Amino acid sequence: MKLSEAADGAEHGTDRGGTGRRRGRLAFTLFSLLLLLALWFLAARLIASPVLPGPEAVARAFWRASLTGVLPASLAITLARVVASFLIAMVIGAAVGILLGRSPGLDRLFGPWLIMLLNLPALVIIILCYVWFGLTEAAAITAVAINKIPNVAVTLREGAASLSRDLDEMAQVFRFGPLRTLRHVVLPQLSPFFAAAARSGLALTWKIVLVVELLGRSNGVGFELQTAFQLFDVATVLAYALAFTVVVQIIELALIEPWERRANRWRR
Amino acid sequence: MTGLRVDIREKRFPAVAGGPERVIYRDFALEVASGAILMLLAPSGLGKTTLLNIIAGLDRDFIGSVRLDAAPGGRGRSRLSYAFQSPRLLPWRTVEENVALPLGEGDAARGAARAMLDAVGLLEQAGAYPERLSLGQQRRVALARAFVIEPDLLLMDEPFVSLDEAGAARLRDLLRRLLAVHPATVIFVTHDSREAVELGTRIVRLDGPPARIVKDIAINLDAAARRAAPGEALRAELAAP
Ligand SMILES: Nc1ncnc2c1ncn2[C@@H]1O[C@H](COP(=O)(O)OP(=O)(O)O)[C@@H](O)[C@H]1O
Ligand SMILES: [Mg+2]
Repeated sequence: MKLSEAADGAEHGTDRGGTGRRRGRLAFTLFSLLLLLALWFLAARLIASPVLPGPEAVARAFWRASLTGVLPASLAITLARVVASFLIAMVIGAAVGILLGRSPGLDRLFGPWLIMLLNLPALVIIILCYVWFGLTEAAAITAVAINKIPNVAVTLREGAASLSRDLDEMAQVFRFGPLRTLRHVVLPQLSPFFAAAARSGLALTWKIVLVVELLGRSNGVGFELQTAFQLFDVATVLAYALAFTVVVQIIELALIEPWERRANRWRR
Repeated sequence: MTGLRVDIREKRFPAVAGGPERVIYRDFALEVASGAILMLLAPSGLGKTTLLNIIAGLDRDFIGSVRLDAAPGGRGRSRLSYAFQSPRLLPWRTVEENVALPLGEGDAARGAARAMLDAVGLLEQAGAYPERLSLGQQRRVALARAFVIEPDLLLMDEPFVSLDEAGAARLRDLLRRLLAVHPATVIFVTHDSREAVELGTRIVRLDGPPARIVKDIAINLDAAARRAAPGEALRAELAAP
């Protein structure tokens, strides 16, 4: 390698390209979704059965449920449960994962527990939580969090095991202490692993929240889906499902992606 | 500034991947006077980095002791700084943050970092991320970080390696200027006898394994003499068996 003093300042010109590419991808996604909508519309017309309502019937169901206020209220309640259990799972899962990743001894002892928990069906955890802690809000959120914790832990364990020893030594020599080391040395190295856990986590969490609501709560999207199911009201089922999917997508686009971009600012 | 004494009864690395167990040091002693610029010259793989890691307290898995003299002026524990073989900057922190972090996170730390960056000629790059810099610039940032805590003892592990000769010469120059302003005891590892003669007040050549001192020469020459015939004579003496 040679000492070249002119290797900096290559910042301009890349960002505009990135935004343009993002916009192009967005347009294509929109096209793909419209195509799906058209196919759905045609299929509903061809089959002409109440168990496959077309887009316009789902839109009507959405409008009806929105006017009564039940749909927005259910979305809000379910979203609150998703956020609560997601945050609990991220914090506990990350702590466990980092601990196991940094200590081979602990990993040998508790690693197998993690694998077991990872393979325990979500339904079993939910039933056990309700049986042991009653049909309560705390039991519901605990059940979802426990389902998610092993995923987060496994991902973060991998991240913690791959931490740079060189930088660790640097922090030690310059007496960073535990807090500055965590904030400036450890967490930035783990941020891709946090992002991976958050992405897969959000999707998993909200799917499990619906089951938890269906089995033991008297409000939320899961509960409304059960009611609609009993009436064979497929249009309402789809209206709730689509509405919540959109909410989750918005969270992903508005929160997780910008955070990831910010965390990756330093990359060339 | 601080003097130190290293005694290593034994340092060994366990066998890895089929290789034999290796004894790196046995009954090794080195004393460094306060204010010395000790150049440590040895073939690669002998244990130079291992010795610096032992002095820095990063490697405690050895039999023996490291004693640093108390810091002068009642500053308590003497301060130690380390310029590693690679710059070891935090790629996700700006140049300025990298230099400030050993001091803390306040405005005072940032002020001191900017002053150091000015001294190494990189103030304009203060807001850049390290990977945007050339290797030579990264090494200068690492130098600024090493000096920002005003160390009593400065360990340097081939800090100017893999630069071209002009770049390395410029950095040696910079190091001399920094040491004139912030005096420190220095242990500088190199495999380049020219570099050793140009910078040191004392040169120790090691051979082995296990590593032992085969040459220990004090230098009292001015800068011009180091580059001329007296310097050449020193290099010849160092190379002699
Ligand atoms: N962590 C380690 N485990 C096993 N062997 C090691 C380890 N670190 C260094 N060594 C070996 O010890 C010897 C001395 O290493 P080092 O101090 O890095 O040499 P150098 O003089 O080139 O800096 C080398 O042969 C190296 O292979
Ligand atoms: Mg080395």
